Amino acid sequence: MGFGPYLLLATLEGLVTAAVLSLMALGLSLVFGVMRVVNVAHGEFFMLGAVLAWYFSSLVVGDPAIGFLLALALSPLVVALIAWLSDRLVLSRLKYEPEATIVATIGLLYIIQQLALTYYGADSRPVEAPFTWRIQLPWFGYSGYKLAVIGASILLVGLTALLMMRSRIGLIMRATQYDSETAQTFGIPVRRVYSAVFALGAALAAIAAVLVVPIRQAHYLMGQEPLLLSFIVVIIGGLGSLRGTVVAAVLIGLSDGIISMFFSPTLAKMLATLLVALVLVFRPQGLFGTAAR
Amino acid sequence: MKVRLLPSPQSLLLHLAVIAALLAANWLLPEYHRGVVSRVLVLAVFAMGYNLTFGYGGLLSLGHAMFFAAGLYGAGLTIYHLDWSIWPAFGAGIGAGLLLGLVVGALALRTSGVAFMIVTLMFSQVFYLTTLYFTTYTRGEEGLILQQEVRSLEFAGATFDLSDPSTRYLAGLALFSLVLLFTLFIIRSGYGRALIAIRENDERMRMLGFNVFANRLVALAISGMICAAAGAAYAVLFGYVGSTLASTQYSILPLLWVLLGGAATTLGPLLGTLVMFYVIDIASSHTTAHLLVVGLVLIFLVLFFRRGILGTIRARWLPWLP
Repeated sequence: MGFGPYLLLATLEGLVTAAVLSLMALGLSLVFGVMRVVNVAHGEFFMLGAVLAWYFSSLVVGDPAIGFLLALALSPLVVALIAWLSDRLVLSRLKYEPEATIVATIGLLYIIQQLALTYYGADSRPVEAPFTWRIQLPWFGYSGYKLAVIGASILLVGLTALLMMRSRIGLIMRATQYDSETAQTFGIPVRRVYSAVFALGAALAAIAAVLVVPIRQAHYLMGQEPLLLSFIVVIIGGLGSLRGTVVAAVLIGLSDGIISMFFSPTLAKMLATLLVALVLVFRPQGLFGTAAR
Repeated sequence: MKVRLLPSPQSLLLHLAVIAALLAANWLLPEYHRGVVSRVLVLAVFAMGYNLTFGYGGLLSLGHAMFFAAGLYGAGLTIYHLDWSIWPAFGAGIGAGLLLGLVVGALALRTSGVAFMIVTLMFSQVFYLTTLYFTTYTRGEEGLILQQEVRSLEFAGATFDLSDPSTRYLAGLALFSLVLLFTLFIIRSGYGRALIAIRENDERMRMLGFNVFANRLVALAISGMICAAAGAAYAVLFGYVGSTLASTQYSILPLLWVLLGGAATTLGPLLGTLVMFYVIDIASSHTTAHLLVVGLVLIFLVLFFRRGILGTIRARWLPWLP
């Protein structure tokens, strides 16, 4: 296989990563943007989404598509419920104070991870893809499901953008983000908005996980790496800027796919993390964001 | 008003009494518990280093594992690959921590709040990945094992075997006592008071002509040095040098210990480390899920017990507690 097709394959793989990353980082960015909460447990919501996807799809015998659709419908719902509960029980009681919420979400991370290990186990388990057809290119065959993941992600990111920019709920969220105190005085139930945003953010991570689980298996530690990548994406895109987040996700996903195909993945991760830390130091508003108000 | 820049006699007495009690414990504790406490003492030094920036400096770092690991590898690699003896290797570990503290501080202190946490977390992650990347020298997670014969310390004309349980305990206690008294004196000094004032209101201190950045940088450098001393001690006392000790979990643990014992109290780190070790020890006999305990305690602390054990005691009964 020549260099061209090799690069094409790397690009396609990068796009799949970018698709999953966009959804997950969008959730993280939403939560940070509206609530100013850095959710360290976001990766665990992703993992939980994948583990639940395995559980729901294993309930169904027969056509794998039914199990997958069941997982796609239920898993984000359950994860959103758990997120909603943790917001009600913990985060809201901390009054969303930045340092306390970080410590609390670290605690949440350990609890979810350990419960997953106890009840799900240390094995990687696959979920069957809803369909298995392949697209035959002149140089290699490519999974149609992976292309469908890219499509689904574009659709969902579009829907989220529509929700934020065009709907009444989105308007309320943006008002809360802009100035929560003024929003409160205008009768917006800020606390309920916060809970809803936290649940929505977690649900986005869970959807990303359900989509990815037929490609990469469900494992109780699978949340760690995407969490770091999402942080990178959200920072590069500018903390709290949704458009920047999506652009950065595509950029990071693509370069991650291409770099790790040609270089050592550990070295790639090292350099990427270092670069991003420096971006945060020297351009805290991100590469695409505008300076903070 | 004249400000006392030295610890009060009663607090000095309390600290000396704690050290004396720990010294007596070397002969009073059963073998198993002496082993646990010697580990606690070394890790309490790590927690005290963390406490200096988090408790007194008000800087929440999520990356202190890199300082601990800098000491661990600074001492471990020089002993393992260059056949250095304990003293210079220990110095190399501390030097590595100081250098890293200065470099990370110079960069990360340009940010504040949430960005500071993420930046420190990322630098630490880079350090962790570096230890994995140079696996030829570090052997990654499996780690290097320092054999008994290289772990002998020349001191005052005699040779001590650091793998002997009693010597190990006493060496850990010596380091612990040194750092404890150092912290006690530094927080009472003019510098320590400025650092605490910056935590309370950095804008006002800037207005008063203090260099906030330099003060914080010094705090991070000292903290890095103390954490590295703990790491170097861990390497020579317990003989294990591995990437696990550089992972994010080891940035969270000192935070947990300090929060539990009481942030910005001199003895809080020791108490928090000790309690947490025994909580996990007891929990492990019922369940293997010790991370669950860590998570639950973290959430419990931020929800209901923000001051920690000694912080609460200070607020309720003993206002003079440093």
